[in-house]
Amino acid sequence: METAIRIKDLNVFAGKTQILHDINVEIPKNKITVILGPSGCGKTTLLKCMNRLTDLYPELKVSGEILINDKNIFDPGADISKLRQSMGLLSQRPYPLPMTIYNNIAYALKLRGVRGRRKQSILVMDYLKQANLYEEVRKRLREPASRLSIGQQQRLCLARGLAVNPDIILADEPTSALDPISSRFIDEKFQEIKPHFTIVVVTHVLRQARRIADNVIFMYMGEVVEQGSASEFFENPKEEKTKSYLEGMFN
Amino acid sequence: MYLLNRQQRHVVNYSWMLFSLLIIAFLPFMLFGGLYFKSFLLLKTHTLKDLIFLHSWHPSRGEFGFYPFIVGSIWVTLLAILISTPICLLTAINVTQYAKKRFLRIMHPVIDILAGIPSVVYGVWGILVIVPFISRYLGPWFGVQSMGYSILAGAFVLSVMIIPFILNIMIEIFRTIPTELKEATLSLGATKWQMVKHVLLRKALPGIIASVGFGLARAFGETMAVLMVVGNVIKVPHSVFDPGYTLPALIANNYGEVLSIPQYDSALMFAALLLLAVSLFFNLLMHFFIARYNKY
Amino acid sequence: MKRTLKAEETFFRILMNLTTGFIFIILGIIIYSVFEKGMKAMSWEMLTSVPSGGYYYGKGGGILNAIVGSLVLAFGATILAFLIGLPVALYMNVFLVRRKKLVNLIRFILDLIWGVPSIVYGAFGFTLMVFIGLQTSLLAGIITVTLFILPIMIRSMDEILRTVPMGLSEATYSLGSNKSELAFKIFTRQSVSGIITAVLLSFGRAIGDAASVLFTAGYTDNLPNSLMEPVATLPLSIFFQLASPVPEVQARAYASALVLTIIILIVSLFSRGLGKRYHKTKINF
Repeated sequence: METAIRIKDLNVFAGKTQILHDINVEIPKNKITVILGPSGCGKTTLLKCMNRLTDLYPELKVSGEILINDKNIFDPGADISKLRQSMGLLSQRPYPLPMTIYNNIAYALKLRGVRGRRKQSILVMDYLKQANLYEEVRKRLREPASRLSIGQQQRLCLARGLAVNPDIILADEPTSALDPISSRFIDEKFQEIKPHFTIVVVTHVLRQARRIADNVIFMYMGEVVEQGSASEFFENPKEEKTKSYLEGMFN
Repeated sequence: MYLLNRQQRHVVNYSWMLFSLLIIAFLPFMLFGGLYFKSFLLLKTHTLKDLIFLHSWHPSRGEFGFYPFIVGSIWVTLLAILISTPICLLTAINVTQYAKKRFLRIMHPVIDILAGIPSVVYGVWGILVIVPFISRYLGPWFGVQSMGYSILAGAFVLSVMIIPFILNIMIEIFRTIPTELKEATLSLGATKWQMVKHVLLRKALPGIIASVGFGLARAFGETMAVLMVVGNVIKVPHSVFDPGYTLPALIANNYGEVLSIPQYDSALMFAALLLLAVSLFFNLLMHFFIARYNKY
Repeated sequence: MKRTLKAEETFFRILMNLTTGFIFIILGIIIYSVFEKGMKAMSWEMLTSVPSGGYYYGKGGGILNAIVGSLVLAFGATILAFLIGLPVALYMNVFLVRRKKLVNLIRFILDLIWGVPSIVYGAFGFTLMVFIGLQTSLLAGIITVTLFILPIMIRSMDEILRTVPMGLSEATYSLGSNKSELAFKIFTRQSVSGIITAVLLSFGRAIGDAASVLFTAGYTDNLPNSLMEPVATLPLSIFFQLASPVPEVQARAYASALVLTIIILIVSLFSRGLGKRYHKTKINF
């Protein structure tokens, strides 16, 4: 099994409080890895470390290594834009850019370096179709994206995330704000595109984890308690904490 | 122990509240009605068009052309807005996006103090610093003879006065833009500057326009500071180095003489009415603009 | 492409730092020029005496009339505005709490009249005076300034009162209190710091504004001794004395400006300090 992301001795401090303790994790390639744990356990912070969105919060101090293709993303020389483009992000609530539906995706293409109107427009349609949105918005491509429903917006964000042509998809509780139908679509989409992408999903919903995970990282209070393949994790947990979590003690 | 029982106290408190509320609710109408009533004397003999577009201002002859004052006010206001908008915008972006969080804690008192300095003190500063600066350096540099008391001086002083006002609104606007939107943009591979330029500014645009609109309304009615440096010459200005006259200055300068000339006080009240109308109009416009935008 | 972007960002970041610095420098220059000019003219006599004979040709006397006048006028207007403003703010947040549309309409009206220039209040105050047969006087000044600071007072209190949590109201009702008790006993206490800040803010506006008192309060060399007599104010003493051709009189304008600026600075310092301290004792739900 190939490893896509390797995290070594990652520690994150916010001022004096430590948010993440000595994280050592391997995320396998072209699989769905679920980061599971009760809310406030540092899941989202771990996810944000992977594409260095932690840079946005000057109060966060990060140490350790995250290796992607054997390169440490915290190296001073690392190209952050390239790094972030190699990962698509899907956040808890959809945040469409303040542009038209069309431009939301075209902007991602522009950043990726796709030139030429024709080429762009073909790709925009393509990504909209991939996100199962094209039929619904075909006639309103020039409307502001904010006029879409939440479910549509999240699918637009998925299309936008795919449009940067990433290898990895990072999703932070991507279905928590959505209706059941849109949620199911996102989950199914992940299954469908799994052969081509490494997908990391943060969630605190056990059912969702069971449904989609190939691999599970269980976190509690800023530490990784247990990690391994989903079948192993759910059928035969090793740690006490994991067992009680699976029995619903934390929720 | 108490003079009144609970129920009676409730009635007293309640009627006190209601009475106060009525004062506030009627204040705008009272303002408008009172000023309209007083300017009626002037409007009876002059058409609105004449008052606004005629150049000649000779109260003793019954000629009331407000054009020079209106033009003076517009020049000073627009110039001031032109100066302070970019300053405020750049500073707001700087303190909300680039500077450390701690910096905002230094910036807030600075804004508060600038906002609290009285208009006349700004005027004093204008006379001490801005006026000599224009007559000694800026004028000669452009090859213009200027006393220093000019449209430009008024605009400079005014621009500094409205900086805290506009800046405050802009900082609020940039702060309310969710971090997740920034994260979403950056995760597409945008650099921070691209994020600021393409997403942040666009998201904040309606708010930025509104803040400038509110600033404009505020600047238009500013009286003392402008009056002290603008020159107060009744003439349509041809260059920013010319002295000018503004509507508020007209009112403030002439209140002493009003009673001796017929229709003069009516004319000043008409000027006040104009200011009120401009202020209400711009504020209304911006409120509806924001309300409309917020629907999306 | 990347390089031009980087250059553009660098350029704008330099510009941003310049404009930010500019604001600090401007404030510094304003304070410095007022202090530098004002200190030269400042003396004990200036602060403790009223103008004596020949004052306006540069002879003896001080600006005590303006200092006391301004303080009395600003206090009067602030108290009056408080007596009208607090009930309105409470009414909006206790009695009308379920009628969002009406409250928003009132807020909207208040915001509108907040934006009205003070010279318009001055002109209106003048009209009102003539209407009720009042001369330029302390009373007329207080009434006009009250109208001028009312929207500021109410809206700043309103912003604080609207943050009082619903839970507190429910708890108070469940103890059997009626609405006005909830308003005057609970809401006011919960929001003390904010109310004080609102009062100080209004006081600062009241004492610094010239355009609204120009028509209404008049000017005098005497200390205020009656509501019906004209009263001197600091902003106007600056304005009038600066217009004088006599350098000594002009210098006094600078001294007045210094006194006014110091008062404003003290007020804003107080409101910051008080605001912080009271916040800590606030109940959190």
